Amino acid sequence: MESSQLIGITTFTYLFSTILYAAIFIFKAKRLETTATIFTVIALLIQTAGIGLRWMESYQMGIGRAPLTNMYESVVFFAWTIIFIYLIIEWRFKTRVIGAFAVPFAFLAMAYASFSSEITKEISPLIPALQSNWLIAHVVTCFIGYAAFAIAAALGIMYLIKNTSETRQSTNDTTLLGSLPPLKVIDDITHKTMVFGFLWLSIGIITGAIWANSAWGTYWSWDPKETWSLITWFFYAITLHARYTRGWGGTRIAWLALIGFISVLFTYYGVNFLLSGLHSYGAN
Amino acid sequence: MKNNNSIWDFFASVKLALSTLFLLSITSIIGTIIPQKETAQQYIERYGEATANLFQILSFTPDMYSSVWFQSLLGLLCFNIIICSLDRFPGVWRQIKADNLNTPLNRLEKMTPQHQWQSHNPPESVASSLKSSLNTSGWKAEERTVDNGILLFAQKGAMTRTGVYIVHASILVIFIGAIIGSALGFKGSVMLPETRATDKIYTFDTQTPVALGFEVRCDRFNIEFYDNGMPKSYRSQLTVLENGKVVKEKAIVVNDPLVHKGITFYQSSYQPYQEFMLTITNKKTGVSETAIVSYQEQHSFKESGLRSGIINAEGRGENISRMKIWFTDDKGEPSLFWLDDGEQVTVERTTNNYTVSAKQMYATGLQVAKDPGVWTVYTGCFMMILGLIVAFFMSHQRIWLYIREEEDNTSSILMAGNANKNKAGFESTLQALAERINKV
Ligand code: HEM
Repeated sequence: MESSQLIGITTFTYLFSTILYAAIFIFKAKRLETTATIFTVIALLIQTAGIGLRWMESYQMGIGRAPLTNMYESVVFFAWTIIFIYLIIEWRFKTRVIGAFAVPFAFLAMAYASFSSEITKEISPLIPALQSNWLIAHVVTCFIGYAAFAIAAALGIMYLIKNTSETRQSTNDTTLLGSLPPLKVIDDITHKTMVFGFLWLSIGIITGAIWANSAWGTYWSWDPKETWSLITWFFYAITLHARYTRGWGGTRIAWLALIGFISVLFTYYGVNFLLSGLHSYGAN
Repeated sequence: MKNNNSIWDFFASVKLALSTLFLLSITSIIGTIIPQKETAQQYIERYGEATANLFQILSFTPDMYSSVWFQSLLGLLCFNIIICSLDRFPGVWRQIKADNLNTPLNRLEKMTPQHQWQSHNPPESVASSLKSSLNTSGWKAEERTVDNGILLFAQKGAMTRTGVYIVHASILVIFIGAIIGSALGFKGSVMLPETRATDKIYTFDTQTPVALGFEVRCDRFNIEFYDNGMPKSYRSQLTVLENGKVVKEKAIVVNDPLVHKGITFYQSSYQPYQEFMLTITNKKTGVSETAIVSYQEQHSFKESGLRSGIINAEGRGENISRMKIWFTDDKGEPSLFWLDDGEQVTVERTTNNYTVSAKQMYATGLQVAKDPGVWTVYTGCFMMILGLIVAFFMSHQRIWLYIREEEDNTSSILMAGNANKNKAGFESTLQALAERINKV
């Protein structure tokens, strides 16, 4: 079995997870709840094995390196982190409908990694600048942040959907949206997820700066990728302050969670393909 | 510290903070779309004369992020943080240091969450047993006699209220580090051919020479490739010399620089030459000679009759991996053989044997930086993470127990508490604690 096969399978297992969670949400298929969780955990384990195997394969090729250093690998890891954090949220907050909104993000990421012609799946060796443990720390921490923001965006969408119906009809467990958690609970989880993401994005930016300093002697050079990560960071700082000190919540925070994630996507993806800079290595 | 005037309030306000952060985010985008640090000519070619001029007037080019207006926005953010902290911190400090046993009893009665129960024992004995069971649960209680009874107080995490201020201060510390770096440091580069030494480097922005106060020599530069042709490593063997004496030697690679007297040398680029270092050793006499020879040029060594040169070379682009050596000691036919870059072979001649090694000459491109602010910046980064963890995940929890004396020498107990964050979590903590201690 090769890593690419295992990782390829994950694309479909996450699609199936998405369908299971959607069924729980739309048809209130309560019986499927445990199945959905178990299935998603297995999918995560398969993906973990795939990533681990890819790591080993790189050693067999004589270029041993962590599988976190090009676009393909980072998208795969992004999907992995989304599922991992989602499962923690599911366990912590005892609610499964969030899966119908969060798991599709992982599926889309995997589908993009598997089927896009823009990115190569090859295990290529590392150019000298990328041979650093700080790089690994940087990638891992950034992606934990990104994944948390993805889930916050999923929660934001959930909030907005529930909110449109709530104004028209009262919460009633028999309606479609009745199975979504109460608005207050969604709002609370969204906020907690963003706070979590903010902490990791901060660590990600810092480890990136330390890496840059160890490689080039400059911890900050305002290259487009760095600058966009800072813009994203400012954006979430604004969101947190608006909530803490001006009492923003509900719809506004839901929208900010969505807009913030667009900024994340641009930082992660847009910069590599639309702008140029030091980080453009990620484009291959 | 609190001045009741509107200028102060303006600079202390979170509204200003939100506006500044918003402006910083939006304007930062400009410099990611318009390429930075190009020449005036490049901008004119890219945007046309009029637009290029406009960009320059607005300081969007060539370096927006060090422009006066952008730096002023950063300065405003710092000023905002300072005033905001001066405005709020004294109040927070008072809360941390507050005499909580002085809290009015009627406030405790209104506080949520709270729990109440009765005891047959008199207040003094209830107080002492409550105190000890609070202690075993990790709450150190203080005690004071109040109207009709005894008040106990215990708290956890009072200092966590400073978390937000640590985060805000960390931003100032990072900026201070950046200022120290730009005021007292420099960033530059130097192209150093193998075997040469330099005592100065050239700054990035103005190309002005900066004296190092010592010499750096590049003894050797190596480049390694993966099988697929991608570069695997760049390595420079560097030697630091002070007054001609060797004081430090190190092989640097990307991500692993050499540091001497606060100046750091980073491996950043290289330049291959069409010249070769040819070393020939007479095996009998042990005499060794090294010469720098150009491609396809014959070189006569000091030992009489000894001549050699490189007549052919193969490699990847400008990087030579193999070369063909022509060699003679004037005794018999010249020897012709292929040699890998850096390799050494023994050449058997009629009367003597020689070892020959050849290596392409390179210059190593070093990035040179002195930044005495880096550790201040790192300290700020550390403070930020610490402060964020404290601010996000820790709370100040306070518990009061009012033990009121009732008739017949019995007691009624009111337990109340609050937390500044995670109130739901605190509620269950208090519930569990009440259940544990009301049995005593
Ligand atoms: C990029 C800059 C900034 C960052 C990263 C930042 C970070 C934070 C964080 C993480 C919190 C959350 C605290 C909590 O969990 O309770 C916070 C709260 C706060 N920030 Fe900032 N901040 C920044 C700039 C500012 C500025 C310029 C001001 C100036 C007015 C400010 C004023 C406040 C206030 C008043 C609070 C609430 C404090 C409280 O809960 O008692 N912040 N900040």
